[in-house]
Amino acid sequence: MTNVLLARINQAFTGCLSLATIAGGSVTSPYTGNILAIMKKVMTKVGEQMEDRQLIAKTCILAGKIMLESGAETYRVEDTMNRIAAAYGLHDAQSYATPTGIHFATESASIPGFVRISKRTTDLEKIADVNSISRAIAAGQHTVADAHSLLLNLRQVNQMYPVWLQLAAAAVASGSFTIMFGGVWMDFLPALLAGGGGFATMLVMERFLQIRFMAEFIASLVIGLLALFFVYIGFGMVLDKIIIGAVMPLVPGLPITNAVRDLMAGHLVAGVSKGVEALLTACAIGAGVATVLTFL
Amino acid sequence: MSTVELAAQMITSFLGAAGFALLFNAPKRTLIPCGLIGMFGWVLYYVLAEHGIDIVPATVLAAILVAVLTQICAKVYKTPIIIFIVGGIIPLVPGGMAYNAMRHFVENDYNIAIEYSVKVMLLSGGIGFGLMFSEIINQIIKRSWK
Repeated sequence: MTNVLLARINQAFTGCLSLATIAGGSVTSPYTGNILAIMKKVMTKVGEQMEDRQLIAKTCILAGKIMLESGAETYRVEDTMNRIAAAYGLHDAQSYATPTGIHFATESASIPGFVRISKRTTDLEKIADVNSISRAIAAGQHTVADAHSLLLNLRQVNQMYPVWLQLAAAAVASGSFTIMFGGVWMDFLPALLAGGGGFATMLVMERFLQIRFMAEFIASLVIGLLALFFVYIGFGMVLDKIIIGAVMPLVPGLPITNAVRDLMAGHLVAGVSKGVEALLTACAIGAGVATVLTFL
Repeated sequence: MSTVELAAQMITSFLGAAGFALLFNAPKRTLIPCGLIGMFGWVLYYVLAEHGIDIVPATVLAAILVAVLTQICAKVYKTPIIIFIVGGIIPLVPGGMAYNAMRHFVENDYNIAIEYSVKVMLLSGGIGFGLMFSEIINQIIKRSWK
């Protein structure tokens, strides 16, 4: 027993010696090659793991970023990030998402942990896509690198419906809401046109103006003027019902629902900020219509 | 309430909800379910309101129905709940009431304006309550199945 131990120590010692001498280029022991190979293996393994962990963290953050940019609820974003991290073996991951930024932390400090969300749109399809990718990850169908490149692709793809289809949907929805809120069928067409015109204004203004609320204000102003014009020339019947229907496509439906769902899930900061966003949008729409009504 | 009126409400609420889902870029295969959820929620609200039930409880019940249908659809289509809930809840948003409130504020008719504003707040709270209620039921079912 002691002999064996001594022999081992001896081996290790020669190993160290040979390591020391290898810098000079002279090989003195048959063990050197073995030990070097093992050390190399260990080092590359550690390096790979570090890289792996970084890539996992990057993938998580990217998934969260896409979801937040597309308008997902923050609790859902955090949940998805944690699930992806856990699926790849990062069990200690912590994530914190707000509508304007994501924090992501693990035990190892070398991983970058903060991303700013600057532009926010509404794209439910992307949320669904990230969700299905994260499901596949949890089922073990993607390697980290695969998942990362899939998400990178997804971020660049533009899956929005064509503009004419969006306009048509906004117009038809406007007409429909006029009927639902008790309007007469005579007002269906005026509301359809006013709603379509308002939504088109919104799309154009969003490109020129950095402030979204201003675009909404101008769009609802246009809706009010169009509705007033239609009633004035006798094309429309009831001004109120036409305006109500036509402004509906501008209503911040997603922020309202998100605010409620985030508050329910206990995400107070995100819920309140989404709620304020919805409130500001509603105020902008109201102000636009009110401007027209004061001329009556 | 005639059958024709009800049919008109069904068609318009379907178009409105599906149109909204399209504006939010919901996936193609979910557009029709979105429209149907919005339609069922709105028809329940409409029928209850026509039968003289106050609009606040009617909104709560409709929101619960929407939320339950949403949970089912999310399970069937394996997508996040948010996709179906937006289109479904939109018809219940008290847009007309908010408009009336704003209009009376503009006309310096503050008493009536505040009356409408409070109603809007109650209705929004009702929608939130309805969504929460179904979530609670969903959680209870999940717990008891486990």
